[in-house]
Amino acid sequence: MLELKNIRKTFHKGRQSVVAVDDVSLNIQQGEILGLVGESGCGKSTLSRIVMQLLLPDSGSIHLGETNLSALPRSAIRRHRLDFQMVFQDPYASLNPRLTIFSTLGEALQQRHPGLKSTALRQRVGELLETVGLSQRLMQRYPHEFSGGQRQRIAIARALAPNPRIIIADEPVSALDVSIQSQILNLLRRLQADLGLTMLFISHDLAVVRYLADRIAVMHAGKIVETGDAEEVFNHPQQAYTKQLLASVPMLPATAANV
Amino acid sequence: MPALLEIQDLKVHFHTRDGVVKAVDSVSLKVEPGEVVGIVGESGSGKSVTAYSLLGLIPMPPGRIEGGRALFQGTDLLRLNERELNAFRGRKISMIFQDPMTSLNPYLRVSTQLVEPLAIHEKLRGKAALHRAIDALESVGIDDAATRIHNYPHEFSGGMRQRVMIAMALITKPDLLIADEPTTALDVTVQKQVLEVIRKLQRDTGTAVIFITHDLAVVHDMCNTVNVLYAGRVIESAPASQLIHHPLHAYTRGLYRSNPSAHKKGEDLYSIPGLPPDLARLPTGCAFRPRNTLGDASLCLTDRQPKLVEITPGHFVQNCPGCLAKQPSI
Repeated sequence: MLELKNIRKTFHKGRQSVVAVDDVSLNIQQGEILGLVGESGCGKSTLSRIVMQLLLPDSGSIHLGETNLSALPRSAIRRHRLDFQMVFQDPYASLNPRLTIFSTLGEALQQRHPGLKSTALRQRVGELLETVGLSQRLMQRYPHEFSGGQRQRIAIARALAPNPRIIIADEPVSALDVSIQSQILNLLRRLQADLGLTMLFISHDLAVVRYLADRIAVMHAGKIVETGDAEEVFNHPQQAYTKQLLASVPMLPATAANV
Repeated sequence: MPALLEIQDLKVHFHTRDGVVKAVDSVSLKVEPGEVVGIVGESGSGKSVTAYSLLGLIPMPPGRIEGGRALFQGTDLLRLNERELNAFRGRKISMIFQDPMTSLNPYLRVSTQLVEPLAIHEKLRGKAALHRAIDALESVGIDDAATRIHNYPHEFSGGMRQRVMIAMALITKPDLLIADEPTTALDVTVQKQVLEVIRKLQRDTGTAVIFITHDLAVVHDMCNTVNVLYAGRVIESAPASQLIHHPLHAYTRGLYRSNPSAHKKGEDLYSIPGLPPDLARLPTGCAFRPRNTLGDASLCLTDRQPKLVEITPGHFVQNCPGCLAKQPSI
């Protein structure tokens, strides 16, 4: 559904230049969760910004379904931007503290459906909140009245509001505590099953990616070094870098859960 | 042999407009010489406040140490004044923090910062101090330490900065190192290297370590004994190998169960429902009751706080019938 072809992006600083994304090709199928793993500085955030059309690649193209986004003029890209929604790591920074949850979600809904007003709008906001496991009674509250996990649910609801075709989640559970992290992972998995959500899931936490993603792409120094079925990559990593990455993660034995 | 550090019934409360926040409400734990003791818990469970109170780092007000003792080599740290504490800080007890960038002074060369503890605690200056500092940098695995020591903190990467912090903390050969989430901000491969440095130095020098983290896997990698904190109380404490195979408290069991690597794809992750309690409005009785789904919440204590009891040698758990109910058969 989403296809990246030979994306390349170089940043220049004075005389130095850094190749942040080096000839990356990737595709994500409809209804699939693709996990993108790699360490800080490997280029995964740059790549996600390129997918979001927030950054223009130096070369290469992005295709959404039949449309070649890279060939479109800026104004047309703007219209397509609703098709891409993002969930960020820090739910404290990504919600406007001055807006009620109703305003935040209402605004996101109206982007796609400008005609949605009053009762109908309130009803849709209520439905969205229920979808992410929050009570609709909470819609007149402000972000500071919510916990980190609840805010992340709101951020997910906002991403879902304009019916995007793909959600890009950049470390969405890294800032959350273990017990809350599992609640959010369950929510994402349920949304994938119920809504057929397509997602690019960026994380450095390999246990989380393994659990959630259908396929995995491993990124290192601007390049995708390995892609494959999630279990396959974990059980039989092919590349030296993937092996090294997997060996670095302290893992609890699987039997630890049988309690 | 007496314990190096024994915390008995520590209570640290914060007096805020919202009421009294009981950040630490009865924490007892022991650290033997040369031992690595883990403190795990979620944000707000009281793990950092426990550590900070040992070195007098709790802002007072609003904080107040309401009770308890912290006997370090026989001295109660909680009763010392600022001047007396300075004899312990950085000399017998050192601390490293989560973010190495904010704990190093960006204006000073690493060399200046590394020799400072030597000047203060050992009156060692000049060339001799610099040599000790270079040795310390080498021991944490920084190549070309004699040159690198003259660099500024921004010239080091995150993992290297944390190594500098470790070198600085251990340069006075303290008896106890408190490491507060030292690898949380680092990448996994760097985390592995930093954990190895801590482990190696700990083994070489015999320094005891209190290792604070929210990551159960890291705890098992590093620690001999693990203390699980919930709502400002130790709810379970056991040797690491014992805890991983036979966690008893419903909260500890829930933590292990919610670990994603133990789940099959497509299977719901076990998750502990709800949120940790508001520390300003702790219920009387068992604080975990509203979230207890692995035990039997109807049996949880409601009239009094469950006490920590020793179930098998070295394995302590809060004696709440509801949280201990429904143990899997072994």
